[in-house]
Amino acid sequence: MNLTRRETVLLAAGASVAVMVPFRAFADAAENIAAFTGGAAVGEGGITLTAPEIAENGNTVPVDVDAPGAVEIMVLAVGNPNPAVGTFKFGPLAAAQMASTRIRLSKTQNVMAIAKMADGSFVQATKEVKVTIGGCGG
Amino acid sequence: MADNVTPRVRVPRDAKAGEAITIKTLISHQMESGQRKDGDGNLIPRSIINRFTCDFNGQNVIDITMEPAISTNPYFEFQSLVPESGTFTFTWYDDDGSVYTDTKDIAVS
Repeated sequence: MNLTRRETVLLAAGASVAVMVPFRAFADAAENIAAFTGGAAVGEGGITLTAPEIAENGNTVPVDVDAPGAVEIMVLAVGNPNPAVGTFKFGPLAAAQMASTRIRLSKTQNVMAIAKMADGSFVQATKEVKVTIGGCGG
Repeated sequence: MADNVTPRVRVPRDAKAGEAITIKTLISHQMESGQRKDGDGNLIPRSIINRFTCDFNGQNVIDITMEPAISTNPYFEFQSLVPESGTFTFTWYDDDGSVYTDTKDIAVS
């Protein structure tokens, strides 16, 4: 296969775009995390994220978050076009720092929950969800 | 835009003082994500409920910020303390400025 100079340049440009796309999605999630934590270190443990291993329908994926002692929990779907899913703020009358909801996932990806604890520290939990039919309706 | 928006909330009718009760809420809403296209290939503009709050006698229980990744007919389940008899107020804020509310009374013995 003989490539002209022009084709080689085009191929190289195409390859770099292909590399950039997943990186871009990851960067968006990282921005969301930075905005939430203010750059603080995020630990592990003390937070439970329950999601199905396989979601047949990406339009409604049941998700449970539970982080005893948290004041705020942010949920992210790292592979979505817009990774933010929602933020739960618990008021003085919340009996337990847990909530369940249903979310949309565009494809197989990691779902992430980050909790801000009462003492200002952060913990996270990640769970991979395999999505059979994406929920973006494209 | 948002037609037939009906909030549905389940709260126990009575509870013991200081008991943790489970509240389930559902509101029928399209939650148009702004990612979908119509038959002609035009993007359908985003139209979602972006915030939900629950208060009991003026004290906050939970305050949820929602993004387009929350499913159609947003459903939430959470737990609340009930120190005395009173009223739960549930409020949903729509992108188009509409506010939907529902209230539920609970008797504490």
